[in-house]
Amino acid sequence: VKFVAVTSCPTGIAHSEMAAEALENAAREAGHEIEVEVQGAAGAPPIDTATINAADAAIFAVDAMVREKERFAHLPFVEVRTREAIDKAADIIARAEAAAQAGPADKPVRDTSPTTPPEKETGASRGEEIRRWLMTGVSYMIPFVVAGGILIAAAFAMGGAVEVTEVSIIQDGQIQFAGDVDAPFLTWLGAVFLTIGGQAFGMLVPILAGFIAYAMADRPGIAPGIVGGLIANEIGAGFLGGLIAGLLAGAIVNLLKKIPVKGTIKRMMPILVYPVIGTSPSVRSWSWSSATDRGGQQRPVRLDERPDGIEPDPARDRHRADDGLRHGRTRQQGRLRLRDRRAGRRQPADHGRGDGRGDDPAAGHGAGHRSAPSLYNESEKRAGEAAWVMGASFITEGAIPFAAADPLRVIPSLMAGSAVTGALSLSFNATLNAPHGGIFVVGLIGNAIPYLIAIAIGTVVTTLLVNVLKGLRSEDETAFKLFDVRRGGEVAAHA
Amino acid sequence: MSISIEDVTGPELVSTDLAATTAREAVDELAGLLEQVGRVTDRAAYVDVVMAREEETGGTGMESGIAIPHGKSPAVTKASVAFGRSITGVDFGAEDGTQADLIFLIAAPEGQDDLHVTLLSRLARKLIHEKFRTALREADSADAVFATIKQEVEL
Repeated sequence: VKFVAVTSCPTGIAHSEMAAEALENAAREAGHEIEVEVQGAAGAPPIDTATINAADAAIFAVDAMVREKERFAHLPFVEVRTREAIDKAADIIARAEAAAQAGPADKPVRDTSPTTPPEKETGASRGEEIRRWLMTGVSYMIPFVVAGGILIAAAFAMGGAVEVTEVSIIQDGQIQFAGDVDAPFLTWLGAVFLTIGGQAFGMLVPILAGFIAYAMADRPGIAPGIVGGLIANEIGAGFLGGLIAGLLAGAIVNLLKKIPVKGTIKRMMPILVYPVIGTSPSVRSWSWSSATDRGGQQRPVRLDERPDGIEPDPARDRHRADDGLRHGRTRQQGRLRLRDRRAGRRQPADHGRGDGRGDDPAAGHGAGHRSAPSLYNESEKRAGEAAWVMGASFITEGAIPFAAADPLRVIPSLMAGSAVTGALSLSFNATLNAPHGGIFVVGLIGNAIPYLIAIAIGTVVTTLLVNVLKGLRSEDETAFKLFDVRRGGEVAAHA
Repeated sequence: MSISIEDVTGPELVSTDLAATTAREAVDELAGLLEQVGRVTDRAAYVDVVMAREEETGGTGMESGIAIPHGKSPAVTKASVAFGRSITGVDFGAEDGTQADLIFLIAAPEGQDDLHVTLLSRLARKLIHEKFRTALREADSADAVFATIKQEVEL
């Protein structure tokens, strides 16, 4: 008999590995084949699809959630806790063998241990669950943000902010090479980077939506989510539209999964029914999400268009925090988006005002996790490494993981740091002739040194504030749980 | 970069005759070994983390007489494992009531430490093997225990 097995535990160091070893031993002794995937800290590579398809039964020895359980949906299975697999591996193998003989997945032998209650991970509250979905989406989105952001920044730096936007490198379906366009080589190259970076940026919302849906509904969620995200893009519903599209797509697919079906139809569900039915209604997300999002965008625009611009106005800042919470976007992202739009209108002279703000949130968090490592968990630290680079490149999105994980402490800190930098850079009369780019376009900054100082001060303000606020939570271990339970990995060990 | 078993444990982290009679005492005693060599900076805090986990999960004791209490804490400076053998056995909550006589206390620091975690995982896997457990029970000194572990893990 051929088995596939998944083992997992919250710490991922000991129990999952021991269960894997025990199952491998017991299966071998009984003359069966087995391949085990350890979903732990060190982690084994996922089992090949071919191996899964050839298997007769699946064994889950898990104290935590099985990732991508979907893959095993067609197999009869036995599910136990890791301890049982360790203590009684031979019994489990025998039960799995019986399950394999009993036949297809229509009547699975669900054998969940009655003796021990599930650990906290499986009992995650709704709020934590939603957070985990969003964080999964964000984590898949980040590479696109980084690639797009840095390429666009590089494009402006090498080709000039106005010039690159005036060269289009694809005309009538033909790529325009350096000699084909009436522009200097560097401008052409900048335009190439801008095009590539723009494509990467364009994937941001679809990927976010797709992988939120994936976190909720496994693989069948991806297509509906991505399509929903594309539509959100198309109608300018932005980040928030993507969030809603993803959540909606995941929810729809999860509903579809609840329809009881048997036999051939059951096998058709993941390949035909989920994608087709799941994708069509996800389209509906747009009308609603765009309506809400547009409302949210009005205020940042008005704020930015004030000619004097300096406004560390507490009342308005509170508004902004509110905005950030409701719309999943900090004020800086509103600014970033505005700036992009202005770039579209080719008014580069306007870009310079107080532009350091975008650099602070992300960089502040990079600094935060360095200066007070004990206040951050593992995934936050990893995100912190990336946040340094992203912050320096004016990619505010680097702060999203932190804001999503702990909005009440993080967003006010970001706002404070950004407000300080904004006010300072305005009072220093710093200007910037690129809509985007961070330190990569330092050559285009008027009054560069004071501008950089303003950024540094804002970063320090954010860092100090966020660490002070987070210090308040160190007593409150439960806060750790709020951050992506699964990838955080070691949550149970904290408690 | 590769690491060896010496990076995570050593004869000084082995006790062949634990005095402890309860799980908390056993964890505290082994944490003491880790503290002596500077691998744990705040023994009490670390013990609390480990015991909280034990209580919450019903214990890490197994029917084969092994217990693997473990925890992640900022009080840990370096991924480590301390090993204790108990003549009388200590209750770590094994399903069938077996008292644990082979106790591995695994200490992991905050943050990423993949290499060490991999090594600890490999050690955990070895505990499944009857032969290894017997060898650990029969080793007559801390050095002999360490040699047994080293041999088994580095195979």
